[in-house]
Amino acid sequence: MRISDMRFLQFLPGTLSLLLLPIIVLTQRPAPEPIELAKNCPPGFELTDDNRCVSRSLYQQYQSLQNSGVGGLKTGLPKVRDGFSPQQIDLGRYLFFDPILSRDGSLSCASCHNPELGLSDGLTRSVGIDGREGSRNAPSLWNVSFMKSFYWDARANTLEEQMEGPLYAPNEMGTTPHQLLNTLNRLPAYQRLFAQAFPDRSGEKISLKEIYTALAAFECSLISLNSRYDHYAHGYHEALTKQEIEGLNVFRSFVARCAECHTPPLFTNQQIAVLGTPEPDGRPLDPGAEKIFGDATMRAGFKVPSLRNIAKTAPYMHSGRFATLRETVEFYNKGRGHAVPQDEDLRIHWHISEPNLSEYELDRLVDFLKTLTDETFKPRVPEKLASGAEPVHNPNARKMGK
Amino acid sequence: MMKKPKRWLGLMAVLVLFTAGVWVGRIMYKTQSTPPPPPTFFRSPPAPDTAGASGDQVITPVSGTVIEVRDGELIQAAVAQARSGDLIRVYPGRYKETVYIDKENISLQGVIQEGKWPTLDGEKELNDAFLYSGNGILIENFKIVNYKGNGVMGQAGNNFVIRNNWVLDAGVYGIFPEFGKNGLIEHNILTGIEDAAIYVGMCDNVDVRHNEVYGNVAGIEIENSRHVLVENNHSYNNTGGILVFITPGLPIKTCYDVIVRNNFVNDNNHVNFGAPGSLVAGIPSGTGILVMAADQVTIENNIITGNNNAGITVTDLAYGANTANDPGVEPNPDRLVILDNIMIDNGNSPVGELKALMMTKLSTRGPDIVAVGGGAGSCIVNRDRYRTVGLGDWAQCQVTDTRAIQTYMLDKPIAPREISEKERVKMAYYGICSGCHAYEVRMVGPPTLVIQALYQNDPQGIADYIVKPEHMREDFPEMPPQKYLSKDLRLALAEYLLTVKQ
Repeated sequence: MRISDMRFLQFLPGTLSLLLLPIIVLTQRPAPEPIELAKNCPPGFELTDDNRCVSRSLYQQYQSLQNSGVGGLKTGLPKVRDGFSPQQIDLGRYLFFDPILSRDGSLSCASCHNPELGLSDGLTRSVGIDGREGSRNAPSLWNVSFMKSFYWDARANTLEEQMEGPLYAPNEMGTTPHQLLNTLNRLPAYQRLFAQAFPDRSGEKISLKEIYTALAAFECSLISLNSRYDHYAHGYHEALTKQEIEGLNVFRSFVARCAECHTPPLFTNQQIAVLGTPEPDGRPLDPGAEKIFGDATMRAGFKVPSLRNIAKTAPYMHSGRFATLRETVEFYNKGRGHAVPQDEDLRIHWHISEPNLSEYELDRLVDFLKTLTDETFKPRVPEKLASGAEPVHNPNARKMGK
Repeated sequence: MMKKPKRWLGLMAVLVLFTAGVWVGRIMYKTQSTPPPPPTFFRSPPAPDTAGASGDQVITPVSGTVIEVRDGELIQAAVAQARSGDLIRVYPGRYKETVYIDKENISLQGVIQEGKWPTLDGEKELNDAFLYSGNGILIENFKIVNYKGNGVMGQAGNNFVIRNNWVLDAGVYGIFPEFGKNGLIEHNILTGIEDAAIYVGMCDNVDVRHNEVYGNVAGIEIENSRHVLVENNHSYNNTGGILVFITPGLPIKTCYDVIVRNNFVNDNNHVNFGAPGSLVAGIPSGTGILVMAADQVTIENNIITGNNNAGITVTDLAYGANTANDPGVEPNPDRLVILDNIMIDNGNSPVGELKALMMTKLSTRGPDIVAVGGGAGSCIVNRDRYRTVGLGDWAQCQVTDTRAIQTYMLDKPIAPREISEKERVKMAYYGICSGCHAYEVRMVGPPTLVIQALYQNDPQGIADYIVKPEHMREDFPEMPPQKYLSKDLRLALAEYLLTVKQ
């Protein structure tokens, strides 16, 4: 029996399913070949003598004003979060793809952050357990190690804080800290792997902190900084076609102003901006950051997303309202506030203007955005999971899940 | 007390004469057939006793070749060909193009002959005249007209010099360095700009001096920047003359240590033609100098006259900004210093909130100086000379002048980050190669161990291979060429790869 087939669990009372799940896993599966955690760092990292993985990229050659990590082509990155051990990163990878982290074993982190879909899910809004709809478009996880805040509304400041959201939200993975700890602590394979990844721990049992650390370690290994754009930025100007360079120049011009918020090298300035994008038909205006900060001037404000691998993560905007990049860039050309409901008085960002870009320029912008694709460090899906479950994140499995 | 302005006027006269002399001299000695070599005054070290500063603090001397561009040719073609240290000289003519400079240490210099300028004309079709991202960029002696975005825009270039340019109706900004450190903007003339003629945005250590800005929405704007000297400029007939402020929602959130000194700020009563929603669209016509949320701004020895709303306006963000709040910004103007300024004839017809405020004071005139909203620690000298509102808690300044500060440019160009060869190689090896080559296990390409066995004593072989890979092994995909790595780096990488042990 596959874990993904065990949909019946959702009809059982919570405590019963909690007890059953590990028992079923333990009894139904033959003892798996032991999994060994990686001793080396994933690509993009150098292993230090004290067994830590430190991030390496050509952008470390450069500076940035006030160490802000924003600027132009040869600009240093924001401070990176690195220094996890290879074992922690690899354990995080096993957890990331393991549906045992969801209440009913139907979803893993990778269900909404699928490596084949730009570490997003290709959906307008994500779908959680029991087919329940999420409220926003799943953000990509590429380069989260450089980010200072998480969620579209910037409500978390660390990955650890962030991941408590999807793990426990009833319309996402729907588990509880209690179930999560019980499940993992009853699996000898995970007990062994956690002991390997956290050799200095005081207790015997897997803790929430260790789970979060391992997942954060893995997420911080998802680096994308070697696109054709990057080759151009480092000085190899033949890396981009004439039309793509035209697109770059529209992108950074003060007519389009894209680069003012999607600032290199990460193509985000990590600020909150009120754009006034339309919600999908029939949905009320999403108040975004207003709710988090308790500030009406931030109504409908959302975090500026990075544009790296943007061609891989359609649909776009917090609501997934735009299906294509072309549609998305057209939004900015249609005039300030054109999609704001009449009864709303939003403080639209000053860079949302009326650039009157030509069709030709819009096409070139899309050309340029496609040069930001680099998936050479795409994480590998584990061949087998420590729980014995099958990975469930590929789209076909998801359809079955619905 | 009357002595100071007089002495200053004398100094100003000397400066003007000197500048004019240099200018006239340079033009007079140019002949049509053989223009002289590029002026050297920015390349020779300044005399030790010279007051002020020159561009050689900023620009690495021109060391390479001189590339000439003539009417009918493309400036961009010269940039494409240029290498670090080169000088591009552009002769009079009409150039309809966007010039982008993603290289280091390139100087672009217009050649002005008998009043004829090299003119970049966007014909209201092109977005920008100059875009640069490299360090050490010089742009001088260009006439720039009819663009939609910017005359000159820099993103992240340090050590920049932008001067002697004549910018007419170049769109949103005339001269706009952003994310740059150590720069000089001088002797430019700008008009017809729908936002700020000179806009120093998120920069450090910049001098803005001897510029003439008129007929713009904002004359000179210093935003979210530090260590900026705005001196000897003439800003008139704009909506606002000189603005120093914090814009919320930007990644660099402070603005402090700005000196506004020895400027003429006159008759800035132009109707506001800023784009709806832009920050400057909210600036009242008749604004001489505006300080919003910035700290440690010193205003000294300016001649501020005929600005119909107010001579100097000090405000916090709550009063002044129409944007979403930013929890990361401190919204109050603190520790401002207003030293002696000549202020006459300001506030003739206040508008909007200030007008309402003045009504409560039973006055129909606007003040010389108004401060509204929060802020602490500010001071003023000789406050009784002016008509002021809202300065009740301002102290009497203990300081009297800023003579100690001659310039905010650094005393030499910022050097590139020092990276040892070994560090650079590791950045490339782990940042790029490791994506396909692990030490022992097969990833996309063969393991490093296998490559080591194949190329034991032949790093050059690897260096040659990676730039022009051949498909050698059926069981592996073909390697993409790594041409974007420099020749030196490719060899160093190959050598490093042969020594990797895990």
